[in-house]
Amino acid sequence: MAKRFNIRMAGVGGQGVVTGSHILSTAVINAGGESTIVPFYGSEKRMAPVESYVRVSDEPIYEIGEITFPHIIIIFHPQVITHGKSYTMPFYFGLKEDGVCLINNDGPMKLHKDQARELEERRARMFYLPATKISLEVAGMDLATNMALMGAIGCITGLTTIAALEQAVKDRFLGKGFVVSGGTAALDSVVERKFKKKQELIDKNVAVIKAGWDFAAQNGWDEVSKAAKKAEAVAAAAARA
Amino acid sequence: MSESLETAVKTNPQGDPITSVAAPKPAAVQKDPHAEAKKQRVVTPEYMFFEAPRTREFITGSEAAKEAVRRSNVDLSIAYPITPQSETMQLIGVLYGEGYVKEYYRGEEEYGVMSAIAGASRAGVRCFTATAGPGTLRGLEPIASWPGHRLPAVAMFTCRVVNAPLAIQPDNIEISYLLNCGMIVFHAENQQDMFDFIMKGFIISEMNDVTLPVGVCCDGFFVTHARGYVHMQEKGIKLPPREAWRGAVPVLDAENPPARLSRDAPVQKSNFMAYNIHAVWQQEVWAAVERSRKYINKLMGGLCTAENVENADAVIVASGSAAAQSREAVRLCAEKNIKVGLIKIRSLRPFPTQELRQLCKNVKLIVIPEFNYVGWLAKDVATAIYGHSKAKIIAGPHVYGGQSMPVELIVDEVESGLTGKKSTNVPLSAIMGTDVDQAAVAHFMQNI
Repeated sequence: MAKRFNIRMAGVGGQGVVTGSHILSTAVINAGGESTIVPFYGSEKRMAPVESYVRVSDEPIYEIGEITFPHIIIIFHPQVITHGKSYTMPFYFGLKEDGVCLINNDGPMKLHKDQARELEERRARMFYLPATKISLEVAGMDLATNMALMGAIGCITGLTTIAALEQAVKDRFLGKGFVVSGGTAALDSVVERKFKKKQELIDKNVAVIKAGWDFAAQNGWDEVSKAAKKAEAVAAAAARA
Repeated sequence: MSESLETAVKTNPQGDPITSVAAPKPAAVQKDPHAEAKKQRVVTPEYMFFEAPRTREFITGSEAAKEAVRRSNVDLSIAYPITPQSETMQLIGVLYGEGYVKEYYRGEEEYGVMSAIAGASRAGVRCFTATAGPGTLRGLEPIASWPGHRLPAVAMFTCRVVNAPLAIQPDNIEISYLLNCGMIVFHAENQQDMFDFIMKGFIISEMNDVTLPVGVCCDGFFVTHARGYVHMQEKGIKLPPREAWRGAVPVLDAENPPARLSRDAPVQKSNFMAYNIHAVWQQEVWAAVERSRKYINKLMGGLCTAENVENADAVIVASGSAAAQSREAVRLCAEKNIKVGLIKIRSLRPFPTQELRQLCKNVKLIVIPEFNYVGWLAKDVATAIYGHSKAKIIAGPHVYGGQSMPVELIVDEVESGLTGKKSTNVPLSAIMGTDVDQAAVAHFMQNI
């Protein structure tokens, strides 16, 4: 039976939502899995809503388009929730039961009581990661926020490894010819200029990925993937017996 | 104003490039841009489709169409950059630059493009064009006359919203307008289908006992702008050219004026003979659609495909992107221990009537998800199997205006169809079968 994760990422323009989804998707493929991405945005400008959908499986993926009922939601900017800067309202719309919700914020957010109740009803697991703070501390700039989130989600779900994420970052910046759009290409060159050298850029990004991963591990967030692996082992043992 | 400036303005009023021509490069450096195209060799359709080794590439649907045209020995392609469009016609322009397509230009709009395709096809050359959504409907008048004029050609329709409120997202309502023209209509699920259906479309279109245009449809954006794996033959081979001299209908003789589209006076006077001529004319068009079945079976491996239909609790019938969504719905149902089969319709005209009657003989529940409001596929399926199956038919779920169909909606319909639980997405009037309100169904059938 195929293991399937549908991931919806929501953020604002300039944060690298699409780049983050591309790196996660490439990392899954690098680790031997199957993955597709569908980016979704209006005009390409900073702080405008952006969504990106990533499907991850160990079998071929046939279906297309947006993900309405995700297993995992990643919120790149608290304004997605507080200002409704999103194509999907409320931010957790369609989240499956026992789903994962990873939010970039310095601590737990005070959600509207109806929203908190609905999230509780579907047993959503909420994780608040100070991704921008980690990016600023480790890389000296906020543009690697997406990397911290990708590291954390890798740790939470066990979908991929740090090595595979690192390879995906290298693929992205050392050129496998993936250009999402003109705007993103321009931003890439700004980032590259800031870091002067590509190797430095890659090292910083990978360091932020590791920091995000470690933050998740230190807080025991990897219990989700550990529990899944345990259940799988139990099921496998039962199947053998 | 000084005299010298005035002179400059006079001699070069709009920066005419003639005044700034660079020195010609030495001849030895110039490379023939058509060199690769000239090396292409002709192979038989059988070798091309069934024997030629293929390699896998990860490309968009537009690129798949381009690669299909590269290998199809196309003489003429006419483009109009309607919004929304796919990149296909722009990429065909690249092929023209490389010499793989002999002639290429931009029409004034779709009416002109589709009319010019008619003239070119009548002149005996192999033609290709692509349009989308509003462009399809603008060109529909000439398109509707193509089959009656017996014009072989391939047109690609990358479906987009055409009804209000306006949107540029994918919605395949426009296929319902193409279904009754008398042309052959294929519906591609993915990039691979685009590639295969276009190439095979040319061969089927030009068969003497067919001699009809082929429309290759896909759900725009989902297929044209997204990448998928496509297995392709090498670039160095191409299909045999169109041999109009041996065609069923004489070509336009443009060398002996006055050139005439038909040898007889136009059939337009309303008398008894005209009605008779119209009747036999259209009978022959639709008989030709029927005759194309054997070529579709031979080259495309059937008008539809069926997976796990035997012993299934329910069967999903779908075409295009709805078929892609249905594959995931089948998997989700399997997780819930519900056995669901999938019938994917590749050819909408001709329609796989006999195949469906055979496949659905003992099926109890049929779910037909569609990316449009009216449910044209459900209507065709219900008509085809009426009296041959006792299955309950759920005409839904539907999404429209560009929404992606959540696979969970399809699963819901399978579950509610099996349990009798009221559906949240499909009205009772869109459910046909033994245990539903027939008056409501009649109302539904009249209103789609």
